[in-house]
Amino acid sequence: MPETVVFSRPESLLPVTTHYCPGCTHGVIHRLVAEVLDELGVRERTVGVAPVGCAVLAYNYFNTDFHEASHGRAPAVATGIKRARPDLVVFTYQGDGDLASIGMAEIVHCANRGEKVTVVFVNNAIYGMTGGQMAPTTMPGQVATTCPLGRDVEQAGHPIRIVELISTLRTPAFVARASVHTPLHTVGAKEMLRRAFSYQVRGTCFTLVEILSTCPTNWGIPPAESTRWLEKNMLPYYPLGVFKVPEGESRAPRPLEQ
Amino acid sequence: MPKKLMKGSEAIGEAAVQAGCRLFFGYPITPQNEIPEYMSHRLPQIGGTFVQAESEVAASNMLYGAAGSGERVMTSSSSPGISLMMEAVSYLAGSELPVVIVNIMRAGPGLGGILPSQSDYLQATKGGGHGDYRVLVLAPWSVQEAADLVQDAFDLADFYRNPVMVLGDGLIGQMMEPVEFREGRTPCKELEPKTWAATGFDGSRPRAVINSLFLDPEELERHNRRLEAKYRAMVKGEVRCHTYGADGECDVLVVAYGTVARVCSTAMEELEQRGLKVAMVRPVTLYPFPYQAVRQAAERARAVLVVELSTGQMIEDVRLALEGTRPIHFHSRVGGMLVAPEEVVGKVEAIASGTDEEVTHA
Amino acid sequence: MPQIVIEPDRCKGCELCVHACPQQILGMGSQINRKGYFYAEVVEARRCIGCRLCCIACPDVAIEMRVHGTMYHYFSY
Repeated sequence: MPETVVFSRPESLLPVTTHYCPGCTHGVIHRLVAEVLDELGVRERTVGVAPVGCAVLAYNYFNTDFHEASHGRAPAVATGIKRARPDLVVFTYQGDGDLASIGMAEIVHCANRGEKVTVVFVNNAIYGMTGGQMAPTTMPGQVATTCPLGRDVEQAGHPIRIVELISTLRTPAFVARASVHTPLHTVGAKEMLRRAFSYQVRGTCFTLVEILSTCPTNWGIPPAESTRWLEKNMLPYYPLGVFKVPEGESRAPRPLEQ
Repeated sequence: MPKKLMKGSEAIGEAAVQAGCRLFFGYPITPQNEIPEYMSHRLPQIGGTFVQAESEVAASNMLYGAAGSGERVMTSSSSPGISLMMEAVSYLAGSELPVVIVNIMRAGPGLGGILPSQSDYLQATKGGGHGDYRVLVLAPWSVQEAADLVQDAFDLADFYRNPVMVLGDGLIGQMMEPVEFREGRTPCKELEPKTWAATGFDGSRPRAVINSLFLDPEELERHNRRLEAKYRAMVKGEVRCHTYGADGECDVLVVAYGTVARVCSTAMEELEQRGLKVAMVRPVTLYPFPYQAVRQAAERARAVLVVELSTGQMIEDVRLALEGTRPIHFHSRVGGMLVAPEEVVGKVEAIASGTDEEVTHA
Repeated sequence: MPQIVIEPDRCKGCELCVHACPQQILGMGSQINRKGYFYAEVVEARRCIGCRLCCIACPDVAIEMRVHGTMYHYFSY
């Protein structure tokens, strides 16, 4: 009987074991990005920018050229690469500390200038690599090592919704939020990534896909339970969907009251 | 308070609390995360404030605001984060604000590694930010000394109205040793109330403006000369160092600081057994550097060995101290590797037997 | 018919595939791999419907799916 392989490691992912914790959905997101690069046939002209965070070693896992960026500056580095070589497909891969904390200025301005790069934003509501500190995306009441009694919104404010924030900019962009906490959601996340990278290949606009992700180690619960935690605690606050398309109108800000 | 077994990072945090620090602004970076984590649960216990800033740039500017309001404040970070704070350090020095900054050094340059090093010496002592300023730099070699120096740091910062840096490394941050916080500790400087702080202009004192901008060059020159005088006073009055080992004539004088000095003191025990006479000068203040103490100790030695976890930073100050009067030898490990006592033993033996080459800067 | 192949040394024992399978044909084994993890195994190969949800769920690309002949087979109920 002839044998066909219908699911295997994408070419854009190297055949190595990652350092990510068991059950960490970074592995899934890496694979989705790699599958999309394969399907669009752009692996050989793709350059990634790695963050400071759990994915700091992303350059060891993707079968593409890479840059390491300092903490938060990946969108600026990506700008430099894309302006120098517009023919390259450039993506950044950032966590919530990298993008939403120290890198806030860089992501806003990269999006605002409309740099034709793709930002993959992994939101797991905590700082992973440094051992579980509070992130700008940590949920109210969620315990982290720098908010041991739970995030107090009186002291630390509410979590930041990056997709909504970036969507208010006037410059055309593709901005979406997806999740990988179940395989079905993962299929949806891959579709968002495919659309984002396709826009870049056509040279249309800035693209950002925020992907809700689990962190079993720092949340302190097993992988399967953390997918349920994400569904219960993060999904209501971080709604999934496409928030902005380049063809559509931007969200013109309207005052609450006249 | 009884002696307690504490991690260096936690002892540093507790020492700050004991010294009256009630505000901490920081950002996570390995290998000093235990300091902000400790402060995040300790400060609320005593009505203090902990803020995890969005970045080190933000944290150092929050420090500026809180210090300018007259409070005792501290931040901590590690090499790449300290680099981000350098602009603020220049502003803090120029605005004459007291702050304590803890640098738990890791290997660099760039993202480097997370293991200990001493490669931020030049950044700390010669300025990492722009302009004519200095930072008083204290380098502990044990958890107890770290706790003591942090407490002194607040007094020195307040007295001189200048940033003070406590320079540790990943070893100091992570190791656990017994610490005692002495009851009824007196400040190491006589301090005056902070009438210069911007706390509200109610007419009881001149208007307080915390500032480092002086567009008139004559005024700026006067300002710089005043800062210069402060640094001269530090050089005159704040040098701290310790000398160990052989009194009188010795074969080799070792100069090392921080945890490297502890490794060297182990090596010295071995060398004494082997019949070699070795002395060591351990600077505790890296700025102001103990030039005189090093010079005097070197006069009774045949050669000097500098041991650092860097490719050669403190050695430049040793060279300045000696002014060519003695040959200088150098041993280093970098990248997060540590110096082992056997390496120092071997090096001293080689120097004593004339088989090791001195380093030259030409 | 579809065949699930799990590479034991790539598996980190996270159990996401076990929960992902709608047919509940996967389980955690009692052997440990080179890294010390208990790895996932196919427990009931006959009931696999080739949906690939296990492959999609796996963060470590430890699962491959192969098809011998046709995707379809009729299994007894």
